Amino acid sequence: MSVLALKNVSRSFGPIEVLHDVDIALRPGRVHALIGENGAGKSTTMKILAGYQPPSSGQVALDGRPVSFADMGQAEAQGISMIHQEFNLAEQLTVEQNIFLGREVKHGPFLDKPAMRARTRELLDRLECRVAPDRVVSSLSNSDKQMVEIAKALLRETRVLVMDEPTAVLTRAETAILLRQVRALRQAGTAVLFTSHKLDEVEQIADDLTVMRDGRVVWTGEAAAMDQHAMANAMVGREMSDLFPAKTGTPGEVALEVRNLTVPGFSRDIGFTLHRGEILGVAGLIGSGRTETFEGLCGLRPATGEVRIFGRPARIDHPWQAQELGLCYLTEDRKTRGLLLGKGLRENLTLQALAKFDRGLIDTGAEDRALDQAIADFDIRGHRGALVGNLSGGNQQKLLLAKTLLADPRIIVIDEPTRGIDIGTKQQMYVLIRRLASEGRAIVVISSEMQEVIGLSDRILVMRHGRITGELGADATEDAIVKLAMGVATQGEPA
Amino acid sequence: MSDATATAPRRIRMTVIGPILALVLLVVAGALMNPNFLGWDNVTNVLARSAFIGIIAVGMTFVITAGGLDLSVGSMAAFIAGLMILVMNSLVPTMGAGVTVILVGMAVALLAGLAAGLLNGILITRLGIEAFIVTLGSMGIYRSLVTWLADGGTLSLDFTLRSLYQPVYYGGIFGITWPIIVFAVVVVIGEIVMRSTAFGRHCAAIGSNEQVAKYSSVRVDRVRLTTYAALGLLVGIATIMYVPRLGSASSATGMLWELEAIAAVIIGGTVLKGGFGRVWGTVIGVLILTLIGNLLNLTDFVSPYLNGAIQGAIIVLAVVLQREGKARA
Repeated sequence: MSVLALKNVSRSFGPIEVLHDVDIALRPGRVHALIGENGAGKSTTMKILAGYQPPSSGQVALDGRPVSFADMGQAEAQGISMIHQEFNLAEQLTVEQNIFLGREVKHGPFLDKPAMRARTRELLDRLECRVAPDRVVSSLSNSDKQMVEIAKALLRETRVLVMDEPTAVLTRAETAILLRQVRALRQAGTAVLFTSHKLDEVEQIADDLTVMRDGRVVWTGEAAAMDQHAMANAMVGREMSDLFPAKTGTPGEVALEVRNLTVPGFSRDIGFTLHRGEILGVAGLIGSGRTETFEGLCGLRPATGEVRIFGRPARIDHPWQAQELGLCYLTEDRKTRGLLLGKGLRENLTLQALAKFDRGLIDTGAEDRALDQAIADFDIRGHRGALVGNLSGGNQQKLLLAKTLLADPRIIVIDEPTRGIDIGTKQQMYVLIRRLASEGRAIVVISSEMQEVIGLSDRILVMRHGRITGELGADATEDAIVKLAMGVATQGEPA
Repeated sequence: MSDATATAPRRIRMTVIGPILALVLLVVAGALMNPNFLGWDNVTNVLARSAFIGIIAVGMTFVITAGGLDLSVGSMAAFIAGLMILVMNSLVPTMGAGVTVILVGMAVALLAGLAAGLLNGILITRLGIEAFIVTLGSMGIYRSLVTWLADGGTLSLDFTLRSLYQPVYYGGIFGITWPIIVFAVVVVIGEIVMRSTAFGRHCAAIGSNEQVAKYSSVRVDRVRLTTYAALGLLVGIATIMYVPRLGSASSATGMLWELEAIAAVIIGGTVLKGGFGRVWGTVIGVLILTLIGNLLNLTDFVSPYLNGAIQGAIIVLAVVLQREGKARA
């Protein structure tokens, strides 16, 4: 008996139908994984389940009876909660205020702060989250924000918990805690819907599995019936060949030389060299200062140190100076730092290299041709006139790469190239990145995914607490990276 | 406009049609109520009166589109007017009351405007102080400076100079007065800059997400500084057109111009928090505001003293319409 189910649900946006006849049933005490490529219809399916959007046709059934939620508040009242990929937290409020937002405990007309404080502590303890209840949410890391979201859902004693890629921003240790919590919820009889692009997690946690492709359910059943390889094939709809392209790189001349780079508060005495045609991987835990170091290098934060680009000493205080020297940084945060979500594809594509199109006035014809070219080269799928915010994550990421490359950088730092994108698009990204290297560009790839760092890099730097703790070759093992990233003495990393 | 596709048709339609519709309604109402309304004299009068606020509002469109705000323009205009008159008067004994003195006065106005705009911009971009705070401060400073220059009273332009300077406001070619011509030129240039130049594109990018602009190698500070400097320069131009009208400046000169300019920008469909702006919309906004005053003067249904109330209601209405379009999209 399912607690919440969709029956023959279709959903259209304007003339375009994005979900076709979807059936999915969530059962109490089971974890149901929903997987599929970006744009396969997972998000829409989840939103319909959680009452954020009504179906265009078909039925939502709660405890076997058809229901229609006017809004998410009604769904929540029925015990259905959703945790979004983009957090739904009031950034200026504290952890405690967020958790109790809308359900404040009162003592007469006044807030019962001690009671809420105690309950918040208890919830956070359960999540093994060591954040103080009075911290302001905007000061938290992504993973702590995720924990606050989960604490919020725990407080609401949900019967159905819908989680949209909860582990995308978590470290391995945090992921382990999260999965433990999900198991505890399952034990308590909650029905959990879980999406992730990390198939190993799906294999670990899921009881039931539904695979979606192009708005349809292509496979559903017991999760045990599928291994990771079979899942990937079902998602992509074809046999997945090797995920990573061959490492063909023969490093050329030195492109970038960094010595004693210090980004105050984040990293110290960073030094390395980077050659043309080479992909240098940078591994490390979240919070190890990887992003900040390279943002400092590219003029996005205050930094000191010695930088040489193609042998010439370079002084970089602003990102545009870095770009003039042929050095570009591609942010990990495409939604708030990479792309203008409220603008179209064209404006976004040419923003970084607008000077190329500037003949006194902007040559929009040339811009349109550049967009055609980018759509073809990078396989960007989406309506030409669409707002970038409406593209799927994978297409946004491709657009971001196309946008950066339009500035014709010789050295590119790519931070988390495949965060939150599906396996098919990932493979495309890897091929693109390798192609850039073989064109003679020098590439840095910062990544939290071990397999990605290992599979893609010619050389790997590992960072810990703002310092480089080691350098490994292309044949590095996950174990070796983890040891360097955690500090050799600590071996407590869960497998 | 390639964005006007299936993704957000309602928002585009509402915000584009809204202000035009309001303007048309006002014109029709005016024509019905008073036969002189569409007469040449009244039309040129309305346009000339729109010119001062209009020239400033074009600059304000860029500032707001880039996510900024400038509250100081009204008192800046008053200060520039006072300074300009003082300089011209003081040159009369040595240089005589000739055209040269007026040209020097104009140069002073342009330079003072540019300097005042740069000062606002530098405080905002280099020191990172909120635009609202900086310009609230400079608003008070300029207003007080002009009162001080005028010693609490009125600064009057030398009488000979005044008659020499007057044609700049009252004269023109083909019956179109200079303020209208200058306004039109500023609007055309502004529209082109906003729509088709890298600078305009950068303003919109910074206003919609400053982080993205920064990460895209846009020179954020320089662009923002430029918007304030350009606005200062336009305030100088507006003042040059305004001084010959009355030939004097006092602490009441340019009172509330900043609010009228901001209101015109918003009524025209530019988003107050930045990211999207259009100059032609601002022109419509200015015309709507001036027409309301004009209509109240020409008809006796409503007291002209209620001008501000009606303008206020229209500003709020414009924003409500924008928001409604957005919520549905």
